[in-house]
Amino acid sequence: MLKRRDFLRTAGLAGGTLLLPGLSGRALAATPRAHVVVVGGGYGGATAAKYLRMWSGGAVDVTLVERDPQFISCPISNLVLGGIKTLADITLGYEGLRDTWGVKVVKDEVTAIDPAARTLRLATGGTLSWDRLVLSPGVDFQFEQVPGLDSEAARGRILHAWKAGAQTVALRAQLEAMPDGGVYALTIPLAPYRCPPGPYERACVVADYFRRAKPKSKVLVLDANAEIISKKALFTQAFARYKGILEYRPNSALREVDAASRTAVLDFENVQADVLNVVPPQRAGAIAAQAGLKLINGRWVDIDWLTFESVNTPGVHVLGDAIFPAPTMPKSGHMANQHAKVAAAAILRLLAGEAPNPAPVVMNTCYSFVDASHVIHVSSVHQYDAAQRTVLPVAGAGGVSVDASEQEGRYALAWAHNIWADMLA
Amino acid sequence: MTLSPRCAVLGLLFGLATMAHASPAPDPDLARNLAATCTGCHGTDGHARPDATMPVLAGVPAAQLLQKLREFRSGTRPATIMPQIAKGYSEAQLELIAAYFAARQ
Repeated sequence: MLKRRDFLRTAGLAGGTLLLPGLSGRALAATPRAHVVVVGGGYGGATAAKYLRMWSGGAVDVTLVERDPQFISCPISNLVLGGIKTLADITLGYEGLRDTWGVKVVKDEVTAIDPAARTLRLATGGTLSWDRLVLSPGVDFQFEQVPGLDSEAARGRILHAWKAGAQTVALRAQLEAMPDGGVYALTIPLAPYRCPPGPYERACVVADYFRRAKPKSKVLVLDANAEIISKKALFTQAFARYKGILEYRPNSALREVDAASRTAVLDFENVQADVLNVVPPQRAGAIAAQAGLKLINGRWVDIDWLTFESVNTPGVHVLGDAIFPAPTMPKSGHMANQHAKVAAAAILRLLAGEAPNPAPVVMNTCYSFVDASHVIHVSSVHQYDAAQRTVLPVAGAGGVSVDASEQEGRYALAWAHNIWADMLA
Repeated sequence: MTLSPRCAVLGLLFGLATMAHASPAPDPDLARNLAATCTGCHGTDGHARPDATMPVLAGVPAAQLLQKLREFRSGTRPATIMPQIAKGYSEAQLELIAAYFAARQ
């Protein structure tokens, strides 16, 4: 870390006259500006881009590279599957970042990163250089771990809908086309994966849709985990309310898929479904490995919790689902939004030659729908522990709902609109 | 770590306000950073959407905010989620958060 004395010396070398009061506007205008490039415009990246501009008072240039023209939220996307919301309800533009906050938004994809040269290459052929880089690449699916899903054709038939967008709409269409009396099977990978309660919420919301529209149909949850891994008691209660419609099977790891017959091959049985929805195992977006960032278990980026910098690649800050989580920390959009603020604050301190905040705090709130209007939550607060150099959940804080309620249903939708605005508006 | 000259100049501009202090000062952004942990639900700088579902925190007097937070923390103010969250912060952190939101317009 740069000490204050060293910083003063460096600043003096850079141009001591700038220390004098009465700095002219022309000199200011000629001052080179720091440039931060943010890769990925989801909950982490969009928040980082906005907060870097907001907290620097516009003094730092920020470029956001995002391959999709609009943001589509994973949280709330299960309601699209249930027919309660449309894709338009969960789609927002990047114009607020551009017009209100002065973020340069580039619709492109990063194909290669050179941390030593502090440059990256874009799919359309251009390059960008940066003083600091924020990577918020989300997850990539490990399709190679699911034999039978290795072709585009198979993946067009057996959907994940675990990144909201075209897959969400397509899975909704499969559910609508399914005859009454059909079986919808959902497979869940071993934790950790994006959004721990998400699959259980999806099972509930689809079961609720079936109860309303196709009451002879079934939801079959095939979970690789030994038990429900999030809000267990509350989801167990919710599943009980779908008795006869929803069946939950733990320890049911998916070994292979036969896409043609929509069959999930498990260890001891084959499950044939009318709609088969596979949530594949996941790892950090591929660009993290390409950039040479240290991964844990070959999957998740190892970071410094004070700055969110990669432990082996200074200057590259990684956010959101791509990182190896701190103890009990979920891979959630809310948490990515929190990561982004800690990283933005640290980046501005580092650019200023100052030490980052030594005591960062992050917290999580995650609402899950158990039907069209009743919702449960899980919450936690995580404070930095200097001895363990990670953030740890505060004992006695956090928890879950007493029961599903419509009040929390209103909170869930208000949460979505407020966090979308916190990222993008 | 090393700083490029242009980073250093930028750092100079950011750092001017704290240069007068000889000893290491506490992070001047601590209250802002703590308050930012609330804004995913309560809106940037406490400006929640005006639909009355999530309370607007911006501009609320600090004493009023702090009293509510203390009551959430002690369990005397029942709510769905805030008692669980308030218990995750120290008294000093809650004071900083309340003061920060009170000062937002």
